[in-house]
Amino acid sequence: MERKFLKTHEWYCEKCNKIGISDYAQHELGDIVYVELPSVGDPVEAGKAFGNVESVKGVSEVFSPVSGTVAEVNTDLESQPELINQAPYDAWMIKVTPSAPAEGLLSEEEYQKLIAK
Amino acid sequence: MLRTPFYHKLVALGGRMVDFAGYELPVQFEGAGVIAEHNAVRQKAGLFDVSHMGEIWLRGKDAFNTIQNLVTNDITTLKEGGVRYSLLPNENGGVKDDILIYRVGAEEYLIVVNAANMQKDADWIESHLLGNTQFENASAKTSQLALQGPASLQIIREFISETDIPSKYYTFTSTLLENEKILISRTGYTGEDGFELYCANPFAERLFDILMEHGSKYGMIPAGLGARDTLRLEAAMPLYGHEMNEETLCHELGLDFAIKMNKANFIGKKALEENQAQFKRLGIKMIDRGIAREHCPIFDTAGNPIGHVTSGTHCPTLGHAVGMIRVTKDFNDSTLLVEVRNRKLRAEVIPLPFYKRNK
Repeated sequence: MERKFLKTHEWYCEKCNKIGISDYAQHELGDIVYVELPSVGDPVEAGKAFGNVESVKGVSEVFSPVSGTVAEVNTDLESQPELINQAPYDAWMIKVTPSAPAEGLLSEEEYQKLIAK
Repeated sequence: MLRTPFYHKLVALGGRMVDFAGYELPVQFEGAGVIAEHNAVRQKAGLFDVSHMGEIWLRGKDAFNTIQNLVTNDITTLKEGGVRYSLLPNENGGVKDDILIYRVGAEEYLIVVNAANMQKDADWIESHLLGNTQFENASAKTSQLALQGPASLQIIREFISETDIPSKYYTFTSTLLENEKILISRTGYTGEDGFELYCANPFAERLFDILMEHGSKYGMIPAGLGARDTLRLEAAMPLYGHEMNEETLCHELGLDFAIKMNKANFIGKKALEENQAQFKRLGIKMIDRGIAREHCPIFDTAGNPIGHVTSGTHCPTLGHAVGMIRVTKDFNDSTLLVEVRNRKLRAEVIPLPFYKRNK
């Protein structure tokens, strides 16, 4: 699966239109215990928050890499938020129907450089 | 930023260091994490660096009177080798700090204070010494480790002889380990059995190694500030700066066991007699999905604002989110609303503590 990234540590799969948070992000957050997601049909906007992930320690907003509407929500995360810690690139949060192509995302290589700093 | 004598050992063990009250301390450890460390303390044992806590010694003929005048609890009944929890009030009856008082002898006491309040408390105590009382702030030269969890007694037996182990909760012993003085206190901040061990800084790293060597045989792991917070929250132990501050009246906390209003006099007593409690501390469990965090506003079911959350998170042993709240004294309903990111979530009032160990 080819992924692109936001500087705010979300990943986006342009082929499958799924969004999640990066391995680096889950590691920084620690044990994730709660995920707050939008509903199917809700609009999302590139660069704007669409949900929250909460670890024991605190809350982080999750930003959308693309504009569009929510097509599907990964409801498994409601009862098993720890899936994000276990496999962040399988544990997608939402699937979107984009209204325009995503712009300005980082490639895998560029993202790895960013988090290496 | 300050470092404790354990800094390099904690980093080597994978500690993720953060700023806490001016100290670089581990919030959690690589390969474990808050939940794993929390569970280790509930099921086996965990080892915490708590050297950031402050240690103040009061000695002399009037040390007893000095303390009686400064604290809400009564140390008349505190025996040699005993530890007592107390609030340290200000003149308005607000909370300057919550402390532990150790009676080493009739004329020698150790007062253990919170790191964030250490200098404030030291200045306050030093400016209220009565008669013949000698003051020593030993915070910078004292190290402290907390060994917590059901395996703690087995672990300490590996290197301390039975007669030198404090046998009851809230008692302590002073003994020698490898010819170095240590103080062993059967106290803690997790709701489990355990010990807090004090020593002089030069012996600190050796004490840490001894504990790690014997503790690891019983499944003990190092634990960080994250687990310390979830453990104390489950046990409903208040944390200064969250449940209380200088504006919180001592009798608004549900800690009346530590406030002896029939004691002849103490600083703040008059204010506490004259001012009724306006708030109280309660526990809540979320009914709706979501986590109530510190500062979240609280409303009664009619929508009237009644207070706020002072501590709250998802608790590993309980498996759900709980919180401690500060609400108006006359609130008596069994459900309420917590505002979390502009949504009002339902929660129910439940008794404190949230977790109590089987003895």
